[in-house]
Amino acid sequence: MIKATQIIGQSVFYGLFIAATGYLSASPAYQVIEPDMALVKISMAHTSKPAGKCITQTPEQLEKLPPNMRLPVVCPRERSPLYLEVELDGKMIYQESILPAGINHDSACYNYHKIKVPAGSYNLKTRMRDSILTEGFDYTAERNVELAASDILVIDFDSKHQEFIFE
Amino acid sequence: MSTIEGWFGRAFGKELNPMYYLGALTVYLFYIVLVSGIYVFVLYESSIFGAWSSLEYMSNELRWSAGIMRSLHRYASDAAIITIFAHMFREFMRDRFRGVRWYSWFTGIPVLWMTALLGISGYWLVWDTMAQYIAIASSEMMDWLPIFTEPMARNFLTSEDMNDRFFTLIAFIHVIGIPIFLVFGVWIHLFRISRSTINPPRGLAIGTLLALVVLSIVYPAVSHEQANLDTIPASVNLDWFYLNIFPLADSWSMGAIWALVWGVSVFLMILPWFPIKKQPPVAVVFPEECNGCGQCEDDCPYSAIEMVKREDDSPYDEVAVVQADHCVSCGICAGSCPSSTPFRKMDPLVTGIDMPDDSIHALRNDTNTVLENLSEDTRMIVYGCAHAANLDQYNNSGTAVITLPCTGMLPASFIDYSLRRGNVDGVFITGCVDNNCHFRHGNNWLDERIDHERKPALRSRVDRNRVHIFRAETSDQKKLGGALDEFRSYLEGYKPDTVEKEETKEVENHD
Repeated sequence: MIKATQIIGQSVFYGLFIAATGYLSASPAYQVIEPDMALVKISMAHTSKPAGKCITQTPEQLEKLPPNMRLPVVCPRERSPLYLEVELDGKMIYQESILPAGINHDSACYNYHKIKVPAGSYNLKTRMRDSILTEGFDYTAERNVELAASDILVIDFDSKHQEFIFE
Repeated sequence: MSTIEGWFGRAFGKELNPMYYLGALTVYLFYIVLVSGIYVFVLYESSIFGAWSSLEYMSNELRWSAGIMRSLHRYASDAAIITIFAHMFREFMRDRFRGVRWYSWFTGIPVLWMTALLGISGYWLVWDTMAQYIAIASSEMMDWLPIFTEPMARNFLTSEDMNDRFFTLIAFIHVIGIPIFLVFGVWIHLFRISRSTINPPRGLAIGTLLALVVLSIVYPAVSHEQANLDTIPASVNLDWFYLNIFPLADSWSMGAIWALVWGVSVFLMILPWFPIKKQPPVAVVFPEECNGCGQCEDDCPYSAIEMVKREDDSPYDEVAVVQADHCVSCGICAGSCPSSTPFRKMDPLVTGIDMPDDSIHALRNDTNTVLENLSEDTRMIVYGCAHAANLDQYNNSGTAVITLPCTGMLPASFIDYSLRRGNVDGVFITGCVDNNCHFRHGNNWLDERIDHERKPALRSRVDRNRVHIFRAETSDQKKLGGALDEFRSYLEGYKPDTVEKEETKEVENHD
């Protein structure tokens, strides 16, 4: 026969059990970002140019090669590192040299980076170089952006159209 | 630990004490998760827009059916984390994780991580702002590892990067993939445990379910706003049982997060060896005394004994073999062996299976010695174990105390033997309480042998009125003292029949 004290005791334990379960399942709230901040995500996947000049082979050189390897133009396998800069109101917020993926660095360059900025209006400049054989920047873009609190601005690169994307 | 268990014991009684069923409660909570999960999944739509809205529909339009099921699904999962950690804490505090028992501890850690992954993947499926936050955060964590060439987090840059098949994939991982590994993991976790308790008592099961239903009604699980990859949620109401790692990822480097995750895992996994537990020598089989009955194999709580075909000239078909790496040296096998009877005249007494450091021969000698030292008018012998209430304080000229590694090591014939030697009025059995035996089943086996429900059983000629069982933990020390006094008083007034008195004059030879 269950006693009254046991009923009270069990009620207390079950009560504590569900109180702990219920509370910690959704509390306390976690603040992901300060209320007046926005987020800039700089992320791209771009195949840079070869890290060396392509060589056009002479007929004599081709003659010496097996038939299946007679390519008129031979390019180095390794690709250039991608160099990227992002400026916000004249202040450099991101500057990175990204190595191509792969053991031989012959794949695309990937990056993903997040920067918290206060909400507001900004002049944004992006510059990118994808060849070690050229000076200066191969791609540049500039625009004015309006970032509300909690907004996310994504800076990506469209390799097909060879231009920056701001979303 | 005994104090905490004592609090629960007072409220639930020994039969329903949840502290004795933490593993079984976890399995039971997973049953609730499974059933409620199937219900919710039937109504769930695995698409970008359908995921969130289908769950909103369940919570708002079907509040008393799918809404409660959804809440039950979440709360039972959360409660399972409480029971898992309580289970680990208890096994740690009771020192039931070292020595041979390393296996269950070690294999439990991957199960813990699989449970965490199951919970995290479940929250992805809601596709609200919290799901968005943890999907991106966990992708960023994964990207630190050299697994994916293209960052996984790029899948969540914009809404256009998402597609419905993503939800199909996550649903597959959550509903089929991880659960299959989890079931397999639990099977491995229990592999060396015979007769594992995977169902809690009915009263506890009903109480737990009712408590979770009440919570689901009073405080139903709800979603955040629908995910929107154009904005970052300012704050989220995290489920801290499963998602506690993600806030760290916002302030620590990913390398530090992974170092913490792997560091804690490795630390927990190697814990059983720091320090290495010194265990008494394992059970030894004496084939010439083993009749191949298989009782020791049946009684061993750790599947450490197997019966193999005999190769010698013995008339018996099988002989017991001890798997040393499974044996915890509890001695239960020696107590279950029909040859372990003190009535045999053999000296030294050799039985079918025995403990090198706590042999049945030594137990007979100890029994003889302590009985001879009794001098009071009313005398009793107490058999108990080393893992429950302390017995040394009761040792006096009226009470003889024998402490065994486990009371399951006591052959029931020793009760008969003690009474028939004539220098004792009663036998008092104590040790670990029901469902909380340090060696899992030793107390139950002895009780069943005494009650003629298990072989080798106590002989029916024994006057059961002179045998008293009172199981007592450390927290029951006072009660144990009271029970001993009460039994002594009872024996003082008890008049055994004449036949019984005459029988005690002779000791039978069973050899």
